[in-house]
Amino acid sequence: MESTAEMALIKGGVYTPLYTTDKTPRIVSSFLLDSTPVTNHQFLEFVKANPKWQRKNTLPLFADKNYLKHWLSNLELGPNVSPDAPVVNVSWFAARAFASFHHKRLPSVDEWEYVARADAHRIDATSDPEFTKILLDWYGRPNPKHLKSATTFPQNIHGIQALHGLIWEWTSDFNNAMVTGESRGDSGLDRNLFCAGGAVSATDVTNYAAFMRYAFRASLKGNYTVENLGFRCARTIPPSTESKKQS
Amino acid sequence: MKFLKNIRFITISVGLVSLLAAPSLAQTEIIGEEIAILTDAPNVPPPITRDYITKVIVHLEVTEVVKEIADGVDYTFWTFGGSVPGKFIRVREGDLVEFHLKNHPSSKMPHNIDLHAVTGAGGGAASSFTTPGHESVFSFTPINPGLFVYHCATAPVGMHIANGMYGLILVEPKEGLPPVDREYYVMQGEFYTKDKYGTPGLQPFSMEKALEENADYVLFNGSVGALTGDNALQAEVGETVRLFVGNGGPNLVSSFHVIGEVFDKVYIDSGSSVNTNVQTTLVPAGGSTTVEFKLEVPGTFILVDHSIFRAFNKGAIGMLNATGEENLTIYSGKTDDRIYQPEGGAIQEIPQAEYTEPAAQNTEEQIERGKRVYTQVCMACHQANGQGIMAAFPPLAKSDYLNADVDRAIQTVINGLSGEVVVNGEQYNSIMPKLDLSDENVANVLTYVYSMWENNGTVVTPAMVKANRDAEQSTQEAAFH
Repeated sequence: MESTAEMALIKGGVYTPLYTTDKTPRIVSSFLLDSTPVTNHQFLEFVKANPKWQRKNTLPLFADKNYLKHWLSNLELGPNVSPDAPVVNVSWFAARAFASFHHKRLPSVDEWEYVARADAHRIDATSDPEFTKILLDWYGRPNPKHLKSATTFPQNIHGIQALHGLIWEWTSDFNNAMVTGESRGDSGLDRNLFCAGGAVSATDVTNYAAFMRYAFRASLKGNYTVENLGFRCARTIPPSTESKKQS
Repeated sequence: MKFLKNIRFITISVGLVSLLAAPSLAQTEIIGEEIAILTDAPNVPPPITRDYITKVIVHLEVTEVVKEIADGVDYTFWTFGGSVPGKFIRVREGDLVEFHLKNHPSSKMPHNIDLHAVTGAGGGAASSFTTPGHESVFSFTPINPGLFVYHCATAPVGMHIANGMYGLILVEPKEGLPPVDREYYVMQGEFYTKDKYGTPGLQPFSMEKALEENADYVLFNGSVGALTGDNALQAEVGETVRLFVGNGGPNLVSSFHVIGEVFDKVYIDSGSSVNTNVQTTLVPAGGSTTVEFKLEVPGTFILVDHSIFRAFNKGAIGMLNATGEENLTIYSGKTDDRIYQPEGGAIQEIPQAEYTEPAAQNTEEQIERGKRVYTQVCMACHQANGQGIMAAFPPLAKSDYLNADVDRAIQTVINGLSGEVVVNGEQYNSIMPKLDLSDENVANVLTYVYSMWENNGTVVTPAMVKANRDAEQSTQEAAFH
């Protein structure tokens, strides 16, 4: 088992995020993204190498008291936790520490959402009601008792697995003021990015699935841990590599 | 100068008012604290008897649960307290309410609560925004008495409400509500499912239908049958019943009506205006009404949304059983059944060649004509596919009651039927009227029904119908002599 996931090259492009007032498309540069979310096994390796991220050693400021609560003990997963299943109950600080340990980083919301539009054949499948419906069906179901391994999920056109249908995932800028707790008043905020009254500024009002991801992220704080929230890592392509590719 | 005087006068008056108000300040002191009693519909927490304000602590847990929405149909409800509608909360005007909203760790979604009783931006929504496995605390003072809706206001708001995230909070006025014998909690809400009404299995939410406001289920208290049969509301003749009626929506406005009763009092929109002698009252989506009526006679009183297809085809039906002494002056029941002769005592006929269709030649023809009769006469209650309506009209499809006894079936059509029957294990207690159909038509419609929906294929002839009519007549004559 690898200590960190394989990465896929995401070719950059342009996309319009769900919540903008000016509807200006945004540019996402090419980057690398883990094809699967970080597993329990990989995270266990990490905490073994970094004792300060073991459950008993973390500060409440960086991870709340449910941090890794599904594990049997500090350094044991226990019989009910699959090593291949994605790790959950991790805080944003812990996820970020894991990423830097592996010389990676967390993907930004833009990067994550850019890739999340894809299905197996299309870069952007969000206009297909079937695609949205599959996502909604997942959002509408309570959490399963046991999480499956991400490798059982089909690859999307970028070679990425289980972006949808398994867990929620941390992003580097999850709290950049997309949605406040009062979702209906957000259009009144003086910010560039926001959810609006649930409707006014969303570029696609019927894309409830994306709506819910923004709402979910907005409910988080950096030290929160949640039973169905994990992460995967990204990496910026160094300029030299990119210029080599171009030449 | 005059102007200045006026100002001075106002200042003095304000001073006086505050002097007068001073003694009542003592009453605004918060005395003690208590944990709010929360109840599931149709129950209501007991009336508040204290005459002082206190700190009321409310613990409300949000869970996402799979439950039956109708017989054999499951739905993933998002709930305030485990069922739909959410827990009923009862506080007193001026209390300090400390609200704890807990989102169960197994929840997929963050949730929050907007209480219409809260005076303050968002009604508590922003302060109570809670990620799964967390708890938010905020407090408020309900300034206005009344019956208020609360609901989840997390994006996408419509979906959170459509999945059942609403309930009622009653803010009792300082002087309390007039005492009544019974109080019940009824809340309407509609559901949008992928497949149409009654399709079995776990039904996912349909965003498309919700946007079109095309509901599959319109329900009281969260499921078909939540207020019928064994779950019916109970009361006794002579008692006054108060219903706290809310409407969670998300889209539809309710025309709330109780069949066989007139509301003695309606607190319009649960506000301070009281209307009297009302038949049907509107309950807006995200609003409520409070109605009171005294039960004068026994019987089953049916609660409906009088936008009536919702009642008979989408589930918006409930029952209140009143037991006790008959009062024949107020309602006699049927006292006589006699021949009606519009043109006076003698039977008159306008001579005219009457066209009579020749009798059906074979079973196929019988079935074809029977279908016509079924569509015109029977379908309204027993439904297009003979499935009936749970707790109101028994099914004809695959019906044990029907298949067991053909003579009983014939008599049911020609004489009508009232009282308790058990069909396919479910109890029904309603009235089927006597149907004025020819022997031929009775034979045809029954042959049709027996040929459909996995029934046993019995062929009913006009002679069989006649034999039953004759038998009936001789019994009556025997009783008469």
